[in-house]
Amino acid sequence: MLGYIIRRILAIIPVMLIVAIFVFLLLRLTPGDPAAIIAGDMATPEQLNRIREAMGLNDPLLVQFFTWMGRLLQGDLGVSLISGTDVTTMIGQRIFPTLNMALLTIVIAVMIAVPMGVVAAWRHRSWVDYAVMSFSVLGFSVPVFVIGYLFILVFAISLDWFPVQGYASPTDKGVLAFLDRAILPALTLATIYVALIARMTRASMLEVLGEDYIRTARAKGVRESKVLFRHALRNAAVPILTVIGTGFALLISGVVVTESVFNIPGIGRLTVDAILARDYPVIQAMILLTSGTYVVVNLIIDISYTIFDPRIRY
Amino acid sequence: MAMNSVPPASAMQSVLRLLSIPGLKKLGVGPLLAALVLLAIVIITLLSPWLAPHDPLEMQPLLRLKGPMPDYPLGTDPYGRDLYSRVLIGGRVSLLIGIGAAVVSVLIGLLIGLVAGFFRMLDTIIMRIMDSLMAIPSILLAIALVALNGPSITSVIMAITIPEIPRVVRLVRSVVLTAREEPYVEAAQALGSSMPKILFQHLMPNTMAPLIVQGTYILASAILTEAILSFLGAGVSTEIPTWGNIMAEGRQYFRIKPELILWPGLMLSLCILSINLLGDTARDMLDPRLKKRGE
Amino acid sequence: MTFHSFRSRGALRARSLMAGALMASTAMLAAGASWAETTITAVMHSGLRVLDPVITTAHITRNHAYMIYDVLVAVDGKFAPQPQMADWTVSEDGLTYTFTLRDGLKFHDGAPVTMADAEASLKRWAKRDAGGQLIMDVTESLTATDDKTLVWKLTKSFGPLLDTIGKQSALPPFIMPARIAATPADTPISEHIGSGPFKFVVDEFQPGVNVTYVKNEDYVPRSEPADNMAGGKVVNVDKVVWTTMPDVQTAMNALLGGEIDYVEAVQVDLLPLLDGDPDVVYEKREPMGYQTIGRMNFKYPPFDDVKVRQAAQMALSQEAVLATLVGNPDYYEVCGAIFGCGTPLADATGAETLTSGGDIEGAKKLLAESSYDGTPIVLMAPTDVVTLAAQPVVAAQAMRNAGFNVDMQPMDWQTLVTRRASQNPPAEGGWNIFFTNWLVPEISSPLVSPMLNGRGDNAWFGWPDDPTIEALKAEFVEAASLEEQQAVAKKIQAHTLENVLYIPLGQYINPQARRANIVDMLASPVPVFWNVKKEG
Repeated sequence: MLGYIIRRILAIIPVMLIVAIFVFLLLRLTPGDPAAIIAGDMATPEQLNRIREAMGLNDPLLVQFFTWMGRLLQGDLGVSLISGTDVTTMIGQRIFPTLNMALLTIVIAVMIAVPMGVVAAWRHRSWVDYAVMSFSVLGFSVPVFVIGYLFILVFAISLDWFPVQGYASPTDKGVLAFLDRAILPALTLATIYVALIARMTRASMLEVLGEDYIRTARAKGVRESKVLFRHALRNAAVPILTVIGTGFALLISGVVVTESVFNIPGIGRLTVDAILARDYPVIQAMILLTSGTYVVVNLIIDISYTIFDPRIRY
Repeated sequence: MAMNSVPPASAMQSVLRLLSIPGLKKLGVGPLLAALVLLAIVIITLLSPWLAPHDPLEMQPLLRLKGPMPDYPLGTDPYGRDLYSRVLIGGRVSLLIGIGAAVVSVLIGLLIGLVAGFFRMLDTIIMRIMDSLMAIPSILLAIALVALNGPSITSVIMAITIPEIPRVVRLVRSVVLTAREEPYVEAAQALGSSMPKILFQHLMPNTMAPLIVQGTYILASAILTEAILSFLGAGVSTEIPTWGNIMAEGRQYFRIKPELILWPGLMLSLCILSINLLGDTARDMLDPRLKKRGE
Repeated sequence: MTFHSFRSRGALRARSLMAGALMASTAMLAAGASWAETTITAVMHSGLRVLDPVITTAHITRNHAYMIYDVLVAVDGKFAPQPQMADWTVSEDGLTYTFTLRDGLKFHDGAPVTMADAEASLKRWAKRDAGGQLIMDVTESLTATDDKTLVWKLTKSFGPLLDTIGKQSALPPFIMPARIAATPADTPISEHIGSGPFKFVVDEFQPGVNVTYVKNEDYVPRSEPADNMAGGKVVNVDKVVWTTMPDVQTAMNALLGGEIDYVEAVQVDLLPLLDGDPDVVYEKREPMGYQTIGRMNFKYPPFDDVKVRQAAQMALSQEAVLATLVGNPDYYEVCGAIFGCGTPLADATGAETLTSGGDIEGAKKLLAESSYDGTPIVLMAPTDVVTLAAQPVVAAQAMRNAGFNVDMQPMDWQTLVTRRASQNPPAEGGWNIFFTNWLVPEISSPLVSPMLNGRGDNAWFGWPDDPTIEALKAEFVEAASLEEQQAVAKKIQAHTLENVLYIPLGQYINPQARRANIVDMLASPVPVFWNVKKEG
């Protein structure tokens, strides 16, 4: 098994290398000229060319690629072409809104979805079950931004329970101010997650509830809630935990849209802004960062699965 | 299942295996309703040029952002165009892009998957590339691809297709890996059948059922992605109304005219919802073993 | 120029309410609040990303520069140059300008400002600015003869020299320390130190999101009252924070909620949302606003044919464009003057069809007589800039009505900015027509307006090769009085519309919105944060 784990870790290297090459080529082939963006409305052709030269955009592609890789291996993500700010600093400034929001989303999603799934499995084939499953298909089907706008319309505008948009940092403005702003976007982002986790919990619970030890526990007269949440849920937990991890990719695309709907200055908006402004170093860093996180998260899931699930052998 | 050097992300598969919903089959009414809704949307969409009371591009600067009027059942958009006509016609391109992306990604994915599953030498390389593609967040990849090729319908289809391909490849490959161990395939090999014949006559039929199911999900996800791309400003021209770009244009006016987002959003959601429901039904009906085998 | 105020009825009601509240709480205020730090939090029209005001003409960067840098000469509300950092004398023959620096000016790093800094800054600026280049063409020497004196010697008289270095928009010559101004003109500066009324807080700068300025306690304002960009820059707040909210609706909510104090540009369609709140006021900051324009590519068919250009121009109606773009006629003005209505050079010769609803029939006729063969017109349409979304859509419809085959290509604004720089044929990554907006001061004179550059491939995007306009501009430089300038300007106006150097599509204003306690904001095209006070 150790061999498997090591092979699995080493397999990350070619994957990330291909991602890096792919992203680099994709960007350089994309029409878009940061020099024209920087120079503004009145630039003449000659001025543009001089700015391109000064930014190193006229160097051969291979030279640009190796300069970038060389710096990258030393942990240097480069400097934004547009603002001249260090990319690491920019990500540092923008990552906390996203992380806080993602964390809150996961907490909310788990709090809603796990009980939903447990009850659905417990009352298998009852109306509760069908309701939960219908909700879960709904959660997959309604676009994140439609949900976001519906929430804004209902909870922020009509009922006036929450502010419409914006972000407040929990460290600067306090946890209450943060929650006030963050609950709607987190709920929006959580919808897909709830759908996913509820399905997973239900399926996983259904499997476990059929096992002998559950029947034994029930026969011994253990309270039903205890059977469900202590005995069954604990044993159904591994796939539920892993689905939280596999939902990571969903979370990223959700974050890009949600930050845009709710105007949160996180890394999702940073990335979209950077793509629109052709700020190559920022886009490269962001895609590497998200891909890297995705790969690592899935690595951890795969490995933990191997450890926890005795049925899988390598 | 024969294991080679590539770990087949079995954890993911085991997770996905559990994600089936037997309950819906018993529900009965659900799939029927979904089929009816989808049928209705398709019919409306096909007939939209005759059903729409106005040219969806005709602008009336003096009738901007108006509420419902006798002649304009849902009111007008920021350019004074008829929202009702735009929403009706908007489905055409949304569906076209969805179907296009589903068909293309299934075809390309099928081809690559067959090759990867059958030729071990290529398998490692192909799966590495697929892993890398899957690691890049699909929405970011799609935005970048649209920026690369300009916002035409073809380029949007391509941008949605490319991130979907690895998922199809993985599915086809895993089916092929199982099927190639079957005695009849081995027999065909022993009898000296040509490679293409084995691939297309013996292996491909096995992939059909799961591909139909997968294709349905891709259709739903492609329609959704088109809307998200438009919403983020990377979709098709506003001269070609789609549910996505009608909503994108309505964003700025959400506070004064939420219908600009709500109507196309409702159509979009209904459409994707019914496709997803049908996909679940198809999965249960076409191949019950699918549940066991995972996606 | 009057300062139009569109105070909502609610706001008036609020003032009496507030007056009462103020009296009641005067005692409390006197006790403690008067020592509190005052901060104005403002949402500007776009996020600040580029910090070098010489490398870009982006308005947000220019606005940033006015916060932290100062200028030698500045124009007042009547477009007349006034001393700001320096006073000047001009020799009899008009060939020698001598500038004298006023006392007490210091950079934010503590170093005193000297004319050597001004010399270096002007030289770097003149490499990038079109007007600056024109002056340099006739410059014999530009030297700081001592710390307080700068002598600018010309070989030939240049009438509008002071107007050019005092201009308020596009690239004004901001004064930086000589060591920073030594940066090559095409490389962005990496240090942001000026001598202006505010200091830039480096640590709090988040590109595209947040920027913070603190009051420069060492700044010595002029004694004259502030007037447009001239006069005393008296700072009455401790801190100004610009924050970015890409969605105007968000900004309006934040304003209504009292979280921010000021929104630079509000979409007219959304103004009703602000009605009824006594604490929020919206108004036109200044009367002229923006001119929206269309520009064609002269390099390639069909717009290399003047008849085709005229046909396109004839098809367009300013009213249709403006009504779709702005909606409420209180905030737009049909205006045929290429130099902008309300400016000294305004004249409407040749704009009759534009200002009277367009002439589709006339356009059809002209097009039939022209060389146009039905080739698709590549029309670039930005989708992500609200103030530029309507023009392409309306123009495409009008041109189609006149018989053009229009290929409208949507793209984000930054792609458009990149693509318009391409001199390739339209079918190979080039273009035929696009639209943009200018602040009126940016097009108010032949010397500043980028569209009136006729030097072929070296001209502004579109690249007209038009020696006549160059000759007319030379004539303008030599004009000695305003009357003479106006006479030449009339000829330029006629020539521009006859040859369709560009299509003026009228003027519009984005109103600003503020909390009612933000008072005495200057009525200038550039939103500035001196003079303004935050009450209570």
